[in-house]
Amino acid sequence: MTPDATAFADVTTADGYLLVLAVIVPVIGILLSIAFGGRYVERIALVLLVAGLAIAIAIFAAVVRDDQSLVYIVGNWHPPLGIALRADGVSAAMILTVAVIICATGVYARKEFGQPDAKVATRGSYAFWILLLAIWSGLNAIAVGADLFNLYVALELLTFAAVPLVCLKGYQETIKAALRYMLFALVGSILYLLGTALIYGAYGTLDISLLSTRVQPEPVAWIAAALMTTGLLAKTALFPLHLWLPPAHAGAPAPGSAILSALVVKGSFILIVRLWFDAMPGLLTFAAAQLLAVLGAGAILFGSVLALRQARLKLLIAYSTIAQIGYLFFIFPLASGDSASTPWTSIAWTGGWLQLFSHAFAKAAMFMAAGLIAESLGHDQISDLGGIGRALPVTIFAFGLAGLSLMGVPPSGGFVAKWMLLSATVMEGQWWWAVFMLVGGLLAGGYVFMVLGKALSMNAPLTLRGPIPQHRQVLVLAVALCAILLGLMPLQPSGLLMIGRPEMHTNVLE
Amino acid sequence: MTSATLFGYCGAVLVGLGLFGLITNPEILRKIVAFNVLGSGVFLLFGVIARRGAAAGLGADPVPQALVITGIVVAFSATAMAVALLVRFNKETGQVTMSSDDPSNAGK
Repeated sequence: MTPDATAFADVTTADGYLLVLAVIVPVIGILLSIAFGGRYVERIALVLLVAGLAIAIAIFAAVVRDDQSLVYIVGNWHPPLGIALRADGVSAAMILTVAVIICATGVYARKEFGQPDAKVATRGSYAFWILLLAIWSGLNAIAVGADLFNLYVALELLTFAAVPLVCLKGYQETIKAALRYMLFALVGSILYLLGTALIYGAYGTLDISLLSTRVQPEPVAWIAAALMTTGLLAKTALFPLHLWLPPAHAGAPAPGSAILSALVVKGSFILIVRLWFDAMPGLLTFAAAQLLAVLGAGAILFGSVLALRQARLKLLIAYSTIAQIGYLFFIFPLASGDSASTPWTSIAWTGGWLQLFSHAFAKAAMFMAAGLIAESLGHDQISDLGGIGRALPVTIFAFGLAGLSLMGVPPSGGFVAKWMLLSATVMEGQWWWAVFMLVGGLLAGGYVFMVLGKALSMNAPLTLRGPIPQHRQVLVLAVALCAILLGLMPLQPSGLLMIGRPEMHTNVLE
Repeated sequence: MTSATLFGYCGAVLVGLGLFGLITNPEILRKIVAFNVLGSGVFLLFGVIARRGAAAGLGADPVPQALVITGIVVAFSATAMAVALLVRFNKETGQVTMSSDDPSNAGK
């Protein structure tokens, strides 16, 4: 290995073991579930949800308290030979967001996948809890991974858990959707692996912080970056590689849709950011950043317009996810510009991440609300929603609050995020992205109000399949309120998201 | 031409063939096979990289070999899962391709 390996002083921090726990506690739950069988799987999952949430809060608190990254050197083998787990401010915020949404989804899913008498276990419910835990473990592993190959394995764990979630109901269409998702994921993963091979061949390490000083803007790095990014874009469902997303996210059961849309597509996005900002900062040129944002802009227009044309509520929400993912890619041109000394002190860095977190909460709330509506009506045709606002007032209120965040209307996390990104377009002099953001906001307003208008209209008396208990509606409202509460963030670069980031932008060109 | 270069070219050809098959074949099973051809090319490339590390004066570079074993396991699991989905899909629909797409019917 290279001689500078020993010079890299990275040691396990006091609370570093928490990162290991965050990854393995859900896996322990999976093993226990398999060992004890389907009857106990829900109870095991619920206990672990509480434990996992506690670990996530502990990680977040430790990062905020120490104002530095948590690090764990696995087996005390230092990079580049060993693997480091690192949680910076962004990772800590991601881990907490994931934990809150997974827990809320777990409580929400008890109606559909719970086993009240604990005597019989259906295959669907058995699989659901195991997949939920597997997705959690995969997302945490992505958040703390600091090695490109380790991240590859984490990404595969996430994909293998996400695909079966799509076809849990076993209908013909959902199996087709899962199969298409799987094919896109296969291409994505193998392209990423090919890029990893090239990087290892050229630079002899896969540790992200070591790579940041070694990667030079040369053909092999460009090819590797292009391959890895393309692979990850297929998994993130960025336009034009989004074809698998709408049938998959609309076909999954409601709690599954919430997890897939709110969290799973973000896993591969985090990797793209790690790749361009952390591993290969020298490669993030003006042209590369513009290209990524062009795709994002295409996603906003395409996703929003198609969302407006959907007849089914879940498909509308799925197309809205495609559009909202597009905003995330504005982080590349806007945070890498000259207006701040480093990308992380720029307003676009905070805005981009805030968009990710607020969309996660808003989209989870929306899919959960759509699930309650479908449960109550027996369908989710938008044209026949009339009067549901009277039957499920709290649910529709939650849907509206989540919609505010998607549109970017105050007070909401989505507003603060989009306002920051808009300010960044002005500061960077890249006004053209502002046009897409504003049009996207208008179109989002269009599809949210289309649903709300139908839901609040007074039609013929509804025939409801059964009452929805108040506590489930309040749960959805609570998730939507998280998206609103993020709107209380001050309108300035967040210190939390800068924790553990290098002071100066590493200049590999010298 | 050294053997490492030759194997490198072989890997590149396999990657190209696999990618071509994956994109152009409408039949799902062929796509899955093409994915495996592509995967073999990538694994071969890892082997070449291990060998090149050895050529640079190190006895041998074991890291790419460790990576490739993990990669093979992941690719194997992915293939197994894709084939299982395909078998179920074929049982339900009798089709071997995903043509006649209409995403608006998904998940009713």
